[in-house]
Amino acid sequence: MTMHTDQQASTPWLLTFAAWLIAATATLSALFLGEIVGLPICSMCWYQRIFMFPLAVILPFGLFPDLDRRLIRAGLALAAIGLLLALYHQGIVSGIVPERIQPCRQGIPCSETVATWFGFITIPLLSIAAFTTLVALLGAALYRSRSS
Amino acid sequence: MKQKTLFVGALVLLFIVFAIATLIQTAVPEGGEARPVTAHPEALVRMHSPTLGRPDAKVTIVEFIDPACGTCAALYPAVKDLLAQHPDQVRLVLRYAPFHPGVDQVIALIEAARRQDRLWPALEALLATQERWTPNHRPNVEQARQVLAGIGLDMTRLAADAADPAIAALIAQEAADIRLLGVEKTPEFFVNGRPLPSFGLQQLATLVGEELARR
Repeated sequence: MTMHTDQQASTPWLLTFAAWLIAATATLSALFLGEIVGLPICSMCWYQRIFMFPLAVILPFGLFPDLDRRLIRAGLALAAIGLLLALYHQGIVSGIVPERIQPCRQGIPCSETVATWFGFITIPLLSIAAFTTLVALLGAALYRSRSS
Repeated sequence: MKQKTLFVGALVLLFIVFAIATLIQTAVPEGGEARPVTAHPEALVRMHSPTLGRPDAKVTIVEFIDPACGTCAALYPAVKDLLAQHPDQVRLVLRYAPFHPGVDQVIALIEAARRQDRLWPALEALLATQERWTPNHRPNVEQARQVLAGIGLDMTRLAADAADPAIAALIAQEAADIRLLGVEKTPEFFVNGRPLPSFGLQQLATLVGEELARR
């Protein structure tokens, strides 16, 4: 299914655009916290970055020149894996995942909380929120753009 | 057209926000030093901390060192040079940063060597031969032990002393102070309590010079 950019923005296009906005914000925020503020980056954070950063780059190709479902599908796959990793990370932080299979033996432990805002918002929680929203938006964009 | 405008506008906006946040974050507060004296001076030097130089020296360099850290080993001779340039005025306080997994056992060996009055020779021998006992950044205690055997230590006594819970407690204290002071990388230097404005030997020498010039 295609749509021309000179048309009024369709709902699937807007959903995908919103997904890109979230991915780009998350990408820049992660870079800001890691490179500018200098927070330590644990290995789980790197794995989630691997699935977040490409979304900021590939989703615009799904938006232009015409809405491209193939790229939305690829984006959905990335977001879904990212969500699983974020849930696993939160599991480590909250102690649900046993310490023995914790993947972060070297360097910074992933169970360590390096930043908290408003008393409850932590970086793994933000990651879960971002990936969940991405899965929802991209899933909805795919559903709304399906050709019957 | 409208969609492109929306996309480009959002992209530009995101980068502007990023740039402004970066400027705010990296801005040096007006007046005063870029990085103040640490808020936890008591955690800088402990009773147990090994010291090189006169106790009444005007300038105290506190160095957090991970014996398995390559940069620590590379910079150590230069730090010694700095001490040699001002023998009576600058002293070095050694703090351990057990960042490499397993390096705490090597630190225990150094502390055990201290009980034979050979702390500095042990540390220096280990730093000089670091590549041998830290292949691929993984400290190997047995290899470290062999290095220490070469400097004429009583190895039986060394092994017994290294297992002393008092040494484990000392290393735990070092780790606690590292968290308190926010030391994240090694080597980390504090000169009379002041952290380096940015990492580098020149910055260390400058800071030492500044502190020496103080009345």
